[in-house]
Amino acid sequence: MADVAYQQDLDALNPPLVLGDQSYGKITRDVSEIIERKTPTEWYIAISISSFFAIILLGMLGYLAFTGIGVWGNNSPVFWAWDITNFVFWIGIGHAGTLISAILFLFRQKWRTSINRAAEAMTLFAVACAGIFPLFHTGRPWRAYWLFPIPNLDLNMWQNFRSPLLWDVFAVSTYGTVSAMFWYVGLVPDLATIRDRAVRDGKPIRALIFGVLALGWRGSVRHWQHYEKAYLILAGLSTPLVLSVHTIVSFDFAVSVIPGWHTTIFPPYFVAGAVFSGFAMVMTLMVVSRWALKLKHLVTMKHLENMCKVMLATGSIVGYAYCVEFFTAFFSGNPYERFVFLNRATGPYSWAVITMFTCNVISPQLFWFKKVRTSIPAMFILSIVINIGMWFERFVIIVTSLHRDYLPSSWGYFRPTFVDIFTFIGSVGLFFTLFLLFIRFLPMIAMAEVKGMMAQESMEKQALEQKGAH
Amino acid sequence: MSEQITPTIPAPLAPKEIYGVVGEFDTPEGLLHAAKAMYAEGYTNIDAMSPFAIHGLEDAIGMKRSPLGYIVFAIGLFGMLNALLLQWWTGAVSYPLVIGGKPLFAFEFSIPVTFELTVLFSSFAAVLGMFALNGLPRFHHPAMHYKNFTGVTDDRFLLVIERTDPLFDAEVARQHLIDQGAVDTELVEA
Repeated sequence: MADVAYQQDLDALNPPLVLGDQSYGKITRDVSEIIERKTPTEWYIAISISSFFAIILLGMLGYLAFTGIGVWGNNSPVFWAWDITNFVFWIGIGHAGTLISAILFLFRQKWRTSINRAAEAMTLFAVACAGIFPLFHTGRPWRAYWLFPIPNLDLNMWQNFRSPLLWDVFAVSTYGTVSAMFWYVGLVPDLATIRDRAVRDGKPIRALIFGVLALGWRGSVRHWQHYEKAYLILAGLSTPLVLSVHTIVSFDFAVSVIPGWHTTIFPPYFVAGAVFSGFAMVMTLMVVSRWALKLKHLVTMKHLENMCKVMLATGSIVGYAYCVEFFTAFFSGNPYERFVFLNRATGPYSWAVITMFTCNVISPQLFWFKKVRTSIPAMFILSIVINIGMWFERFVIIVTSLHRDYLPSSWGYFRPTFVDIFTFIGSVGLFFTLFLLFIRFLPMIAMAEVKGMMAQESMEKQALEQKGAH
Repeated sequence: MSEQITPTIPAPLAPKEIYGVVGEFDTPEGLLHAAKAMYAEGYTNIDAMSPFAIHGLEDAIGMKRSPLGYIVFAIGLFGMLNALLLQWWTGAVSYPLVIGGKPLFAFEFSIPVTFELTVLFSSFAAVLGMFALNGLPRFHHPAMHYKNFTGVTDDRFLLVIERTDPLFDAEVARQHLIDQGAVDTELVEA
């Protein structure tokens, strides 16, 4: 009897990751049926709204391509504004997906299994949204191949490998490619599940499509052995990769000599901010989808609470970095550096700094309270607040450092045009459109991994019981 | 279990048209236990199919370690050398251009691109190498002839004694599988 009470205490401290009396077959059904049943009306409503904005994005980009980047508000002295803000914002959001899929995998965090697929998909879509901005910021997106060392007859020179902007090209394109491969490798066993269900249920077209995508996966131990190795290697490669990507993004600023940008704290500070905003976005998406798709037994309160804790940790790092930045500016004794930070806090953009500080430093501190960490409405609202704050962080870093140059004759105030605004809103539309397509057509929970985790837990439990019996 | 022994082996089947004997299990523990037992019986060409990776199974049937790590390391090294060569040749040989007084080539500024290309090459090696070692894509496999094959990506666990096994004897293998607790067995055609 004492053992039973002990077990209950353990469960309260460390709740199971899959709730209820679950079998492998039920996991398969719960996840597969989401994409097999008739499309719900709510999905049509949601995708019409999001694709409406995605079409606006298309219109804005078309307008820009035909007219020139003068349609954005970027002008002397603020030549980097919303475009680069949006780029850093989106690429940062992507980082949570890789953190969940790679870093938490290496740390053997079992709770990642229910959310990693959706988070990785989110990474891909965020990187796609991010890529749009620098591409169109070049002004001539049809010359995008000039960014890569491809021999051609109209550039007649090579790329400048001494420039952080070129490092960024390599970092972001590698990141997008590797994330896509990692995601696909994870998907293959689940695609085979959908294929086999389609074969069994007599759906030839679905069986054909998923059959091709699954590449003939049959779950043989000879496959799993190489598969597990490949997955481990990819996780090991993605971990330094994800840290390098936002580090290199921060080099775009830190390697320049502009006061407010030229600081060594940028790489860790950017990476922490990226994980912070990314987890907030995963939270926003998971809270809605677990409710809409009835997956509360797979994406449990424990998962959500753990994400809140990650946000609390990274949010505190971000808050600490803000303070260190200010202190360093003061301590450097450099009058230009001091001016930029004083101007940031008290100048014409102080409203943006206050928004940033409230959203990113104060609001995540609420996660110290268990009541907040386990309240769905609270975490949903906070996740959106954090993403607003993180967008403002990038805006503050970029625009306030540029808008007052050394000479007062080169002072200005950046105002976005309607093209700036609708391009950003449109990118949000594109992101949600892609995510909605994903949850409709692909298994959004990694079934094979959840089942494997369940089996491992039950085997461990059995081993423990056997030990106890002796 | 005895009622399931009856039908499956059509007598005139020549050995070459056989893929192997498949035994079906309900749980990963059952599969693991049976795999160990079959390996102890002396079978060497054992295959197992499961909806997820079962840890310890590859050791239980005496499989060698995956060589994927070595492949990835070699290709990764190749990617790294490629990246250095690319930056050195384009910057210092093919089109030397002084920008901001920086050297035409230096290891310091080459680090980010070198790192990214190493990771890129290694990842391609890991993914393509994994599929190549697995012999995928391969859209058809004799195992798919097993009547309950579609369950293997759901919640079924299969153990196969392949025809190529030196000890292969359909009836004996089948009896062994049943002894180990297989809920169903079948002689599957190639």
